[in-house]
Parts: sequence; C-alpha cells; structure tokens
Amino acid sequence: MLPEISLNILDVAQNSISAGAALTEITVDIDSVSDTLTVCINDDGCGMTEEQLLAVTDPFYTTRKTRKIGLGVPFFKTAAENTGGSFEIASEVGVGTKVKAVFGLSHIDRMPLGDMVFTIHTLVTLNSSIDFLYRYTVDGKSFTLDTRQFREILGDVPFNVPEVSEYIKSYLIENSEEVNGGRSF
Amino acid sequence: MKTLEELMAIRNKMQGQVNLRAEDGSAVRVVVGMATCGIAAGARPVLNAFAEGVQEKGLKDVMVTQTGCIGLCQYEPIVEVIEPGKEKVTYIKMTAEKVAEVIEQHLIGGDVVKKYTISTELK
Repeated sequence: MLPEISLNILDVAQNSISAGAALTEITVDIDSVSDTLTVCINDDGCGMTEEQLLAVTDPFYTTRKTRKIGLGVPFFKTAAENTGGSFEIASEVGVGTKVKAVFGLSHIDRMPLGDMVFTIHTLVTLNSSIDFLYRYTVDGKSFTLDTRQFREILGDVPFNVPEVSEYIKSYLIENSEEVNGGRSF
Repeated sequence: MKTLEELMAIRNKMQGQVNLRAEDGSAVRVVVGMATCGIAAGARPVLNAFAEGVQEKGLKDVMVTQTGCIGLCQYEPIVEVIEPGKEKVTYIKMTAEKVAEVIEQHLIGGDVVKKYTISTELK
C-alpha cells in the first residue's frame, strides 16, 4: 500500500504522463459538510480501450513488460472504497482518461492526504514539457496552479532552474496553507 | 497568497542570464525510479534529497529526473547515475542519507560509492 493519498496521486498521475498527456488536471476537493475528500485526475492522453479499462483495476493487469502485476490503480481504488467512498474510471481512445476517487473524510480508515506540495512540485518540475492544472479546495475556498500560466510568464526560462523551482514550491506551500486555514487533512 | 507578479520578477531577473542547461548530452543524469514499487519503498525522500542537494551545491550540469519501474522492485528505491561516455551506475535501496554521500563523493568527487551499487550489494 501507499500510505498517503498524495503518493497514490503521484503514482496514478504517472499513468497520464505515460499516456502522452499534454495536459493533466488534478483536483483535490475537501468538503466537511458532505464529509468527503474527492480526488480527480483527468488527462488528454491516449486513453484506453474498453478491454483495458475493465482490466485496469485488476492487480494482475499491467502494460509493462517487466512483470505481470500493476498495483497503482487497484491501491487507489481500494483505499477509497475502504472509507465508504467510491472509485470511477472512464476512458476513451484518443480522448483521454478520467479517474475519480471519493474518500469518506472522517472515516477512520482514510489515509492522510499527505504531502501534496511534493507530489505537484515533482510532477511539474520533472515533466516541464507538459502542462498541469492543479486545484485544491477546502470547504469552497480554493487555489489553482496552472503551468500554462507559468509558461506564458516565463517564456523560455524552464521550470527546473532553482529560482523557479523554489517559487513553485513556495507558491504551493503558501496557497495550501491559506486554503487549509490551520487545519490539516 | 503568493502572486504571479513574483514569477514575473524572477523571469525578468533570469532572462538573458539563464545559462540554459546543456541539452546536447553533456549533462549527468540522475534517474530515480518513481513507479508504484519505488514510491512505496520510499523514493519520494530520495528524489527530494537529490533535487535539493543538487540545487544547494549548485551542480548546474546534473539533471535529476524520474522513470518508471525497471523490473527490480525488490531493490527499490533505485537510482541510476548516467554520465556521458561512462558505464551507468545503479544504486539500490537508497535513502536520503545515502543520497548525501552519493552527491558528495560521486557527483562532486567523481568516485562511485561502491558500497551502495547493485553489483556490490548482490555479492
């Protein structure tokens, strides 16, 4: 198991990168009224066939050649379902894939959200040729990180130069703290 | 809240003086396995330690990057150091502490930290 929701997101988002996505949208929406924590990962990658889609939540399915087990998606699904939540995955070849996991926010078995700053910072700075849209919401208050916006401002200055990388990290930290308002999830 | 104006300021400062990293294959590549197996075994702090260490030491010609599963899950976290014109070095069962040694001795000093390489650990 991956012990934090943020690690599951990092893992599942790698599938979007492998699928050749130009834009991957990641949203985390925490709502204490409905008592849910909802994660969506949507990409415009190559998508999956119906057959692949049926197989992807099966731990004994993987596209890689090195071994016959693929645990990323099954881990994420089980983690959500164990908290009274739900898991959906939809995909279309040539269009992209949508993953949605709903966790019971106050459920005793819900793993901590963990370090989302690291997850997003890693995805953005190590894959600087593709775009990410991240939205983090707590009880209706939210912030957005859009690499397309960054790219427009930066021009040919890449995301992985230290000054920019540091800016992206503190952008994530400061804005998350503001949205969290002293709470942690 | 952090604003985009700050990013604008960084860009204005950097533009022109950014020595865009050599993409001509002369850079040293540090590749961290970040598939499910790697992440579960603790690749996150390892990747973080490399990214921060390389930045801290100002190693401009070192590129830290990630890859998927290479099929040796039992040895994760795995890190490959690829220097142009040299044989690839594979470090296994890495931790943030070991990363500090690899940065100091291998990336800066040029000596492979043999005790953490796959060929040593498997003997």
